[in-house]
Amino acid sequence: MSYNQPVADPLLIACLHCDLLQRLPDLQVGGSARCPRCNKELWRRREDDSLNRTLALTIAAALLYAIANSVPMLGLTIVGRDASTTVIGGAQHLWNNDQKIVGVLVLFTAVIAPALQIGLMLAIVLGAMRPSPPLWVGALLRYHPTTRIWSMIEVMMVGVLVALVKIADYATVIPGLALFVLWVLVFILAGMSASFDPREVWHRIEWADGEHRDAAGDFEGESV
Amino acid sequence: MTAMQQGLQSCESCGLLSRPAPGEEEGRCPRCDEELAFRKHSSYQRTWAYLIAAAVCYIPANVLPVLTTTTAAGADSDTILQGVVLLWSPTGWPLSIIVLVASIMIPSAKIVALAYLLITAQRGSVANNGQRIRMYRMVEFIGRWSMVDVFVDTFTAALIQLQPLMSVEPGPGLIFFAAVVVFTMLAVESFDPRLIWDSASMREADSKEVSYA
Repeated sequence: MSYNQPVADPLLIACLHCDLLQRLPDLQVGGSARCPRCNKELWRRREDDSLNRTLALTIAAALLYAIANSVPMLGLTIVGRDASTTVIGGAQHLWNNDQKIVGVLVLFTAVIAPALQIGLMLAIVLGAMRPSPPLWVGALLRYHPTTRIWSMIEVMMVGVLVALVKIADYATVIPGLALFVLWVLVFILAGMSASFDPREVWHRIEWADGEHRDAAGDFEGESV
Repeated sequence: MTAMQQGLQSCESCGLLSRPAPGEEEGRCPRCDEELAFRKHSSYQRTWAYLIAAAVCYIPANVLPVLTTTTAAGADSDTILQGVVLLWSPTGWPLSIIVLVASIMIPSAKIVALAYLLITAQRGSVANNGQRIRMYRMVEFIGRWSMVDVFVDTFTAALIQLQPLMSVEPGPGLIFFAAVVVFTMLAVESFDPRLIWDSASMREADSKEVSYA
């Protein structure tokens, strides 16, 4: 399969939800462009130091993730007996009780996908900050949206809340440190995704066909 | 005017607009190396396949128990709906509603909505395009929340292991329920929203030709 020929105007795009051809307008910081036909947000201009902010949030997310997965999340006491579980412990229990597939799904959505989401983002941002961002940044950036879809920490937290209320009927529930850390992580991950501008990074990286490389990271001045 | 009508392909991964080599239908994105096509490959077939799989799993997911509670008095199995009823109390009702919406209403609404989008797009409908694309976005955004019940059952079972007093184990319905969530998410991924607009775009192009003639 051969490489396609890119269009000459880098601001000319097609909406991914309705295929309408259009030219991206100049945007102020914080401004966003929407498709006139289907109203999909095409691009939102982040703050100028978007990469730095994303890096800070990603490092914070990595630390919180490490803590959240090494300490208990939920415990209970009932008539003098204690029990507690971690996130991984929940998946492990399913695996040990003949629910291997569901166990793997829980492990994937609650542990592996978030790790990939954070890890890939860290590599992408660090790579993109180099004076000439290498080809592998693009390869990782291609897979990043998939990890975001399957990373379901916020969904898990609502599930944990429901489980907590259910269990409170029978026993005294002891919220673990990981429970609080995970709630903070939910917001840090949302901020990480919101501050990251894939369009800016795509503009900076080395091209797969090795030809059309844009030297300038800033695409304000080169419109049309 | 759409990109396809101009013979241009946009990359779903990096957004770059490019033109396939002369005489070729598809190529690779010169920027990110993704395989390009005008529309997602066999989008209708793949979406229908995942959707039918989800609809089939939906029945055992709701009929079979997802949790089995064993106490000294014996074993008691609950389906998803029974779980919702059990959770209903003066303090627990908001959570009961969350589980009802996430586990029963969202999966069934998703299946119906996707079937509607597929049928209207395949029949070349040009009506309610704005509404249909909003429906697609809603289904895309909301789908993951159905996993709530899987996590509820996972952590309830992991914690309540107080043999012989009381223990909770996941039931046979859980895997079907998880399958419904995964299959509907894959169905949304396989559906190409641009198919909603293609008939309208074609008609628009035709009418312009007529008026210019």
